[in-house]
Amino acid sequence: MSAVIEGHHDDHHHGPAKGITRWLYTTNHKDIGSLYLWFSFIMLFIGGAMAMVIRAELFEPGSQIVSPEFYNQMVTNHGLIMVFGVIMPAFVGLANWLIPMQIGAPDMALPRLNNLSFWILPAAFGVLLATFFMEGGAPNFGWTFYAPLSTEYAPPTVTYFIFAVHIMGASSIMGSINVITTILNMRAPGMTLMKMPLFVWSWLITAYLLIAVMPVLAGAVTMMLMDIHFGTSFFKAGGGGDPVLFQHIFWFFGHPEVYIMILPAFGIVSHIIETFSRKPIFGYDSMVYAIASIALLSFVVWAHHMFTVGMPIAGELFFMYSTMLIAIPTGVKVFNWLSTMFKGSLTFETPMLFAIAFVALFTIGGLSGLMLAIAPADFQYHDTYFVVAHFHYVLVPGALFSIIAAVYYWLPKWTGYMYDEFMGKTHFWLSFVSVNLTFFPMHFVGLAGMPRRIPDYAMQFADYNMIVSVGAFLFGLSQLLFLYVVLKAIFYGKKATGQVWEGAQGLEWTLESPPAYHTFETPPNLETGEAKS
Amino acid sequence: MSSDSSYYVPESSKLPIFMAFGLLLFVLGAGSTINDLGKESSNSYLLLITAFAVIWGVMFVWFSKVINENNKGMYSDQLNQSFVWGMAWFIFSEVMFFFAFFLALGYVRMFSVPWLGGEGEKAITNILWPAFEATWPVMVTPDNENFPGAEHNMNMPGITKLHTWLPFWNTLCLVTSSGTIALAEAALKKGKRAAFKSWMVVTISLGFIFVFLQGLEYYEAYAHMGLTLGAGIYGTTFFLLTGFHGFHVCLGAIILTIMTIRGFGGAFSEHDHFGLAAGSWYWHFVDVVWILLVLVVYVF
Repeated sequence: MSAVIEGHHDDHHHGPAKGITRWLYTTNHKDIGSLYLWFSFIMLFIGGAMAMVIRAELFEPGSQIVSPEFYNQMVTNHGLIMVFGVIMPAFVGLANWLIPMQIGAPDMALPRLNNLSFWILPAAFGVLLATFFMEGGAPNFGWTFYAPLSTEYAPPTVTYFIFAVHIMGASSIMGSINVITTILNMRAPGMTLMKMPLFVWSWLITAYLLIAVMPVLAGAVTMMLMDIHFGTSFFKAGGGGDPVLFQHIFWFFGHPEVYIMILPAFGIVSHIIETFSRKPIFGYDSMVYAIASIALLSFVVWAHHMFTVGMPIAGELFFMYSTMLIAIPTGVKVFNWLSTMFKGSLTFETPMLFAIAFVALFTIGGLSGLMLAIAPADFQYHDTYFVVAHFHYVLVPGALFSIIAAVYYWLPKWTGYMYDEFMGKTHFWLSFVSVNLTFFPMHFVGLAGMPRRIPDYAMQFADYNMIVSVGAFLFGLSQLLFLYVVLKAIFYGKKATGQVWEGAQGLEWTLESPPAYHTFETPPNLETGEAKS
Repeated sequence: MSSDSSYYVPESSKLPIFMAFGLLLFVLGAGSTINDLGKESSNSYLLLITAFAVIWGVMFVWFSKVINENNKGMYSDQLNQSFVWGMAWFIFSEVMFFFAFFLALGYVRMFSVPWLGGEGEKAITNILWPAFEATWPVMVTPDNENFPGAEHNMNMPGITKLHTWLPFWNTLCLVTSSGTIALAEAALKKGKRAAFKSWMVVTISLGFIFVFLQGLEYYEAYAHMGLTLGAGIYGTTFFLLTGFHGFHVCLGAIILTIMTIRGFGGAFSEHDHFGLAAGSWYWHFVDVVWILLVLVVYVF
């Protein structure tokens, strides 16, 4: 156990500036991390409200509350906001807060660029939300915006959507360049790559994926723009193009993208499980290799999203087997988490509860993914609620739970105050029950044939849909409790120690809670101190 | 430049928020301008112009600030290494942007066009346009009334007529300029400033000749060959691949022009000239893309 080391705080540096300009002009990784996290929290409630509209409409069969056109806008923007506005910014916020402290760096490598990466996001999402009030309404073609829905049949606001995606992509690319540069160039002396905390490893690989695929998304939306406004025929068969081409390009981006939304979660969960098991992570090296393998495989599996589009049988087989291969490194990770807990001195504080729920429920999502990977079976499941159940299991009790776990785990470090453990546990159990109530029955209605993205459904799905909607409302309300717990900790929380958690290892725990505004201005000496993840 | 100074982290900066504001104006300006295309009495383009003014203005101030800070010796070796990584990964992102368009071209040529022509086991895709024959370049499109194919294509006319073929001269310009910028850098490293400046002038001249010839080629395509953006998938891929490459050549040429002007103003030393080095990497990158592009767009 490392002793609490005072942050190296040089006198020539001042604390944060006062007032709003602190946040507008900041170059500090901790401030920018907080901005990202609060932004994603706000977007969680906006995207969540859209989910509530969807579930209210689906509470009973028949057309209930909103028009089918508006329902499509809700489905589309719920997806876009949750993917690009909640999960990704939350992970970038965590990266900002944690990576410099975990590798002993004074800040991110390119601090001004870091601020720009953040402030692009309110601009992009402001425009996206403004399209609701424009002629033709908001984008309504699904978060995957398949051509020709997003080209020939799109509302005029698609042009704003295209440029919003462009600057969002620029934000992600700049953020990722910053992360990679920080990790490669700013590690404290003695912190070799294979001594880095697993969260840092997971982000190094995530940032690589982001830089590799965000430009491909930019290419895809550019082709859309050209097809819509400038007469090209990328996705028009009449001119010799192919709408299926859009799906290939989109999913070449999209599959690495879904791993971008889960790899940092792997890092977070590894830290939390080792802390509350009071054991170092089992199989550190294999964890690193597993993340890298998953990332590399993600480039050669994309067409499993489009098995029913009409591919040659060789393509179906290739993408089926390559997708199944992913189960191996993922299985390694789950095995290592369980082995870390095995014979550990376990305690079950709120972060640990969320982490364990992550392991269990993410595995369910992974296994339903394996079912979907079987091409002939996918012909049955494709575009049903089974798919909705699958990706919500990996994204909500997967990615989102890991983010919530991370907030509980590091909040005392960030703010200097403990959260209310009882309220945290209440939040956990409410979330855990309601998330399963929401998404588990979707497997059944999906297997029975209920199609996704439709505002109405056949009578036989009514009971399950009512259960799903009740679960969803409960889950939505539970997250208000999360907001309350966070605010209560910040304003009324008990003072936290520097170490915070008895079993926590890593450089960030050697700092005070909250850490000084500038930390590690002189790199820590890892030869004498402890450095292992 | 000292290697033992600490890593410089600016206390705060107004630049990023202004840049984000410029990008917001860009989204609104570009979106409304394009949506208003063809409408008379639309002045949404003014918003777009304002956006570019803000973006370019902020970039000017931003780069000036970085140069000043470097000249004051505020940057450690470690920080300079961050710039190196940053530029390298930025170029990687550009590579992947082009990859999307090369992927599209490859898919169209290898799969979707042959399928439209009826190729493939049990393929039924040719029932839409039974008369369509799959060839590359696609000169007659499946729906030739709505997407009238080009009359002529840009393919290489054969070795004997090479000198009449613009892409040949373009290739010559760009490959040569990749060499001349290497010579400029080498001269700078040896402290031969006169040679450095001359090679830079040669490089940017070749760059602008390339852009001019590309413009000439586009003019020929539109005026005499019926090859337009609307000429089906061949025109689509031809203009988007060469167009985005040409756009990047323009960017590279502007970067190098600025570096040349700075060079004439006495900037860069033998050991400290990252701006020039980064511009040079970018230039080599557009050169490599061009060579790939000539092979898959013009030759094969």
